[in-house]
Amino acid sequence: MANPNIIVVGGGLAGLSATIKIAEAGGHVDLFSIVPVKRSHSVCAQGGINAAKNLKGEGDTPWQHFDDTIYGGDFLANQPPVKEMCEAAPAIIDLLDRMGVPFNRTPEGLLDFRRFGGTLYHRTAFAGATTGQQLLYALDEQVRRYESEGRVRKHETWEFLSGVIDHTGVCRGICAIDLRSMEVHTFPAEAVIMATGGIGAIFGKSTNSVVCTGSAQSALYQQGAFYANGEFIQVHPTSIPGDDKLRLMSESARGEGGRVWVPRTQGDKRDPKSIPESERWYFLEEWYPKYGNLVPRDVATRAIHKVVYEHNLGIDGQPMVYLDLTHIDRATLDRKLEGILEIYEKFVGDDPRTTPMKIFPGMHYTMGGLWVDFKQATNIPGIFACGECEYGYHGANRLGANSLVSCIFGGFVAGPQALAYARNNAKSGASANGAFDSERKRQEEINSRLMSSDGTENPFKIWRELGEIMTKNVTVIRYNDALAKTDEKIVELLERYQRINLSDKEMWANTSFVFTRQLYNMLQLARVITQGAAMRNESRGAHYKPEFPERDDVNFLKTTKAYFAPDADEPRFEFEPVDTSLIKPRPRKY
Amino acid sequence: MANRTVIIKIKRQTSPESKPYWEEFALPWKPGMNVISAMMDIAANPVTRSGKPTRPITYDSNCLEEVCGSCAMRINGRARMACSALIDKLDQPITLEPLSKFPVVRDLAVDRSVLFENLKAVKAWVPVDGTYDLGPGPRQTQRHQEDAYPLSRCISCCCCMEVCPQFNDKTNFVGAATIAQVRLFNTHPTGAALKEDRLHALMGDGGIQECGYAQNCVEVCPKDIPLTDAISEVSGQVMRQAIKDIFTR
Ligand SMILES: Cc1cc2nc3c(=O)[nH]c(=O)nc-3n(C[C@H](O)[C@H](O)[C@H](O)COP(=O)(O)OP(=O)(O)OC[C@H]3O[C@@H](n4cnc5c(N)ncnc54)[C@H](O)[C@@H]3O)c2cc1C
Ligand code: SF4
Ligand code: SF4
Ligand code: FES
Repeated sequence: MANPNIIVVGGGLAGLSATIKIAEAGGHVDLFSIVPVKRSHSVCAQGGINAAKNLKGEGDTPWQHFDDTIYGGDFLANQPPVKEMCEAAPAIIDLLDRMGVPFNRTPEGLLDFRRFGGTLYHRTAFAGATTGQQLLYALDEQVRRYESEGRVRKHETWEFLSGVIDHTGVCRGICAIDLRSMEVHTFPAEAVIMATGGIGAIFGKSTNSVVCTGSAQSALYQQGAFYANGEFIQVHPTSIPGDDKLRLMSESARGEGGRVWVPRTQGDKRDPKSIPESERWYFLEEWYPKYGNLVPRDVATRAIHKVVYEHNLGIDGQPMVYLDLTHIDRATLDRKLEGILEIYEKFVGDDPRTTPMKIFPGMHYTMGGLWVDFKQATNIPGIFACGECEYGYHGANRLGANSLVSCIFGGFVAGPQALAYARNNAKSGASANGAFDSERKRQEEINSRLMSSDGTENPFKIWRELGEIMTKNVTVIRYNDALAKTDEKIVELLERYQRINLSDKEMWANTSFVFTRQLYNMLQLARVITQGAAMRNESRGAHYKPEFPERDDVNFLKTTKAYFAPDADEPRFEFEPVDTSLIKPRPRKY
Repeated sequence: MANRTVIIKIKRQTSPESKPYWEEFALPWKPGMNVISAMMDIAANPVTRSGKPTRPITYDSNCLEEVCGSCAMRINGRARMACSALIDKLDQPITLEPLSKFPVVRDLAVDRSVLFENLKAVKAWVPVDGTYDLGPGPRQTQRHQEDAYPLSRCISCCCCMEVCPQFNDKTNFVGAATIAQVRLFNTHPTGAALKEDRLHALMGDGGIQECGYAQNCVEVCPKDIPLTDAISEVSGQVMRQAIKDIFTR
């Protein structure tokens, strides 16, 4: 096939990057997304994107970036692809710059860089406090250009339901639902790239956007794809507690000098501004003098937990600590952090320029995801994956500002790889032996079963229960008995799911129906996360078990690979050695 | 105030063709509530104020932090983002209606694809040669960045178009958001290569001359984008282009 047709599912940074590469190389892309791609979750990224451009005379190098990433990830990432990413990062920044991203500038007109967690270098390029939005728009604009040239066709407000896999186990296309007409269709393609982002909704409230449910990844896992390192969940140390969502307070607030503290006296009710320095406890600076407030996220998160739950020093007895910017002058804050300060102001009502912010850790990111090889291919021939939905680049903990670069780099690899696969694939054009019809029928049957369900269980209530127990037992601190109880609870929720009550049976733009379908996949994936955590009897990166407080390289320097056992309707696991050929694992001590 | 309730009236519509109707809800008050979280509460317990079981509300949302542009609707008559509309700051009963100038999909969800089509028409992109490594982009002063950045924060919510008296079927006016993007790309050193195409796209029927400078747009824009400045600047560019066209034709 000279000009193959590739399906890209997801229009965040990863999906758009893959799309651009394919269109540029002469392929055609069918781009699917639940939301118009410009509204993808990537717009939420605030802080920035890492690349060792070394524009601050610090001697930063891609190797140093590579070492920080591997060390930050507690040596769980396979090293070769991470090295390639760090080497490619400076040119990615240049490209984004050429595409018109309004990166902040130095007085000389060069790109400005800030410091982020887990590094001692100024390595993070940023566009105000809305870097993700700016990057996504730049890519969205390039894709719109290809769209107007007829090389990309967007299917927005369509949701991927499953892959179409033929009798030989090869992917031949996808099955998707039109979120308005609720019709199910299949779409053929020579290759498929998954770029469906994060899984925050499994934890109920998180810093993620609403559509980040992990439903697509879970569907593929149930069709035979490996899901790797699912137990590695990043909890961001500084989010703004909320009823509907945990809004992120970006690490850039600390990168620009923000300090975390609590009053030294329990239950101190004074206005924070009136508490003298000597009566404030800057615990991160005290415990981690080298990195201070910029220790990696897992370390900061556990420290805050400790201060709140062991020292009982949460503000006003509540699970909250101060993040203080009030010592920084207003002009600097407005120039570098306006977007995030605005969020705090809008949603909390206080001005963080004059009042210390109240923050607490919140579920933020999944390091785990679809298993891929070093060239972004999943174990199902014809399906590739890139972005947050795959597991490749961050090991046991992701460094701040490394996701955006991994999404774009992953897309830049996945696009050409999918194209090459499609061009070499003898299968194209061969009969799929009814695979399309049978997959469509399978999905339609799921839909009609759901539509005719007349039980008593409200899907949104099941979801809230799932989120509560996952947040309680499968985030910052994990105990094996609590993990076992969590898995039992998920099984109970899956049983209750069979008695669901859909109050809306309209076959038009039925969002609760769609959500209920996603919920099933969330429950299945929640088991992968929980059981993976139960098996890993060690502490590494974001995964922390007080019963096993040390990293155990002998037994667990391994990638967890979950696969679905259809006969048992539950996950099974195998473990794969990690490629540590470039940097020898050493203890991680900040 | 432990047992406070929140009263919300929602204009609903089951499909694009069907008749709209109103439903009223009474929800238990919670601290920090916003319009989206209120609708999540309705979904978890879909019962009207009078106790009648009903269906969850269909609406668009994604980021819940006013950066994706999904959740625009009319709240107490004003076009704004639902996720940042704090219940405590709204007069009750709170009325929710879909944007009025875009086709209703269902309930509060509308079809705003017209804006994306307009962005295509004005070539709102920087025409890079390719994605291979061609070194850094053009140097830019801090001043230039500070001018471009605010325009680049447009979330395509379409509030500015909703409130614009000129944005309607009769004029086919493109609306303020698109014009602001033309300004953004025309000032970019590489983006300027397509300046003439963009200005031509803004001439004639539905073009920039339809704007009556009513300034409604700039007042509702949730991202405080300097829309009227952008419109006058681009107007000037269009005028100069029109004169140039006369002499080069
Ligand atoms: C608040 C916040 C701030 C962050 N800040 C930073 C930062 O400063 N630096 C950094 O490096 N990282 C940051 N991150 C992480 C980073 O933003 C994400 O990891 C990244 O944007 C993910 O991009 P993506 O392309 O993989 O997925 P997304 O941007 O989430 O896109 C997923 C796409 O898939 C589509 N989709 C999903 N499911 C389906 C389906 N079933 N069918 C069809 N389409 C589907 C969606 O519509 C969407 O288009 C932040 C994350 C959060 C939550
Ligand atoms: S100034 Fe008035 S007429 Fe012009 S775009 Fe804005 S609202 Fe519309
Ligand atoms: S200019 Fe403002 S109001 Fe108009 S679409 Fe953009 S963000 Fe919304
Ligand atoms: S949900 Fe994104 S702007 Fe409101």
